[in-house]
Amino acid sequence: MEPLLEVKNITKRFGGLIAVDNMDMKIFPGEVVGLLGDNGAGKSTLIKVISGVYRANKGKIFFAGKETRIDNPMHALKIGIETIYQDLALAENLNVYSNIFLGREKLKRFLGLIKILDHDYMLSESRKVLDQLEIEVPSLKKQIRTLSGGQRQAVAISRSIYWDAKLLIMDEPTAALGVVEQKNVLNLIKTLSSQDIPVLIISHQLHDVFSVATRLLIMRRGKKIAERMTKETTTDEIVGLIVGSIPGDYDHVNTDASKGSDVNRRHFASRSGKNHRSKQNQG
Amino acid sequence: MMDKADFREILVILVKRWILIFLAIELVFFAIFGTNYLSLRNLQNILLTSTVVLLLATGQTFVIITGGIDLSVGFMVGFSGVICAKVMVTLQAAGISQSVAVSSGIAAALLLGLLPGLINGLLVAKLRVPPFIATFGMYGIAYGFAEIISNNVPIHNLPTLVSSIGHGYLIYWLPEKAFTFFKIPENITRLELQNLVPIVPNVTIIAFIFVAIFAFILAKTRFGQHTYAIGGSVDAAERSGINVKRHLIKVYMISSFFASLAGVCYVLMFITGRAPAGSARLLDAVVAVVIGGASLYGGTGSIGGTIIGVLIIGVLEIGLVNLGVPTYNLYIAVGCILILAVLVDQFLPKLVHGKD
Repeated sequence: MEPLLEVKNITKRFGGLIAVDNMDMKIFPGEVVGLLGDNGAGKSTLIKVISGVYRANKGKIFFAGKETRIDNPMHALKIGIETIYQDLALAENLNVYSNIFLGREKLKRFLGLIKILDHDYMLSESRKVLDQLEIEVPSLKKQIRTLSGGQRQAVAISRSIYWDAKLLIMDEPTAALGVVEQKNVLNLIKTLSSQDIPVLIISHQLHDVFSVATRLLIMRRGKKIAERMTKETTTDEIVGLIVGSIPGDYDHVNTDASKGSDVNRRHFASRSGKNHRSKQNQG
Repeated sequence: MMDKADFREILVILVKRWILIFLAIELVFFAIFGTNYLSLRNLQNILLTSTVVLLLATGQTFVIITGGIDLSVGFMVGFSGVICAKVMVTLQAAGISQSVAVSSGIAAALLLGLLPGLINGLLVAKLRVPPFIATFGMYGIAYGFAEIISNNVPIHNLPTLVSSIGHGYLIYWLPEKAFTFFKIPENITRLELQNLVPIVPNVTIIAFIFVAIFAFILAKTRFGQHTYAIGGSVDAAERSGINVKRHLIKVYMISSFFASLAGVCYVLMFITGRAPAGSARLLDAVVAVVIGGASLYGGTGSIGGTIIGVLIIGVLEIGLVNLGVPTYNLYIAVGCILILAVLVDQFLPKLVHGKD
């Protein structure tokens, strides 16, 4: 099968710091891939390269078989790469369907010449996509600020799906949610992959990643160091790979495994449970 | 028996509509204690007095919804008014016909009036100067230029056409005799002139046409939707592909357009161009918008609410004059209403969603 997304030799530097170092990754239709790594491993930088926020210094991106340059976030959206960041980027003062259509509002003609918002159309289309994803929201006319965290996440996902996401990237989708809501969002991710839309998840909640992802990619210091099928691995192995106590598959000279891996392990454990915010700054 | 939940629901509905109730109470109060307060003449007086505030507040509504504020509009009234009057006087002195002089004056004021808005917008959107600072700077600059243009003296001796527009009415009605548009009926006696009922001032019509257009834009169009979205979350707006910077520049230009229009209306009503004109109306305009339900944090507000806010101030102002109370008390009253409005804005959500 041909991968939907393939990145080859992606390198991104910030001054002297190499955030992503010669990274390769493939994502196939319908799979859920977990991108794992400690803070600063380069996960966020990598997804920002894919979603057009950053430009890579080196490397190529292939999307649906064709080499593609992704210069800005709008370009990524146009080809179908939708990214949902932790802050969701919803306008809290607008209602559900207005958020789904934000920036791409459906208009109709008023008195034959003036274009005005077509609320009925946006409402019914939004209803359809929410039904398709089996999402329940009290009312589509309610402001986002009245919804729970999970419902907001669901609205953000619906928006991506409505606009024909071919690949969905999610940064910490369950971090801010309660237990039941986490489950709902994870189910939603499964629904997406069953509809053949691949999802790339970044999360520190290993348990969540294990419950939805079919394949795991582990990054350390900007490099991909291992790749595992979820079925064939354990959380212990993955934690070991993340913190460096287990050498990566592609480490020829493993330097950091010897240097105080216990310290690293504790460091990761203390961070992993928390609501880790990776606020992104655009523009 | 009414239980507690019902009571709270009713309370919430009342508090949500508090501005309408407040306006009604004002009207009833002045109707009882004032003289002829609800007469047609007096009600039209309220509209006339409110014209400048209404225009400033309409533009301000757009800016406040985006989460900004435009303080420059206070002196923008004087700035555009002085330009308008100066052009009219100069062209008239050059022997150009009145209608050309008047329309050129209005056009010049409206066009040049867009410039401060453009600069405000560029400062806020592109250079990330806080709106408060950028527009406060422009407030001083506009005043300075207005004084330079007018040489520190009010500009008088405007074409007579100005007063016939500014003091004119849409309809003149002589009960049981005559009914004309825009012009006083011909061949009427002096006695009949006293009984003539003028209905709807021209200036009010001009103001309401523009207010209605922009109310429509805010409520019904994509432009309006994006204005709310930016106030809700700049990030969300940007990532949805909205050109936030360009949109903000347009919003500040709308505000300065309305301030210029207010300047032109001032010239039409008072037949003079003065640099400090309308500066005291800045407070009223911001108060009207906030009373009208806009949050200074952005994201909410409507032109309908703003109009009620403007009326609350106008009714109060004319009411105090009617009762013979010195008008400086108005500032105290308006200040108190502003604080009340902000308190309601702060505590209403708690009341609606309950404390538990």
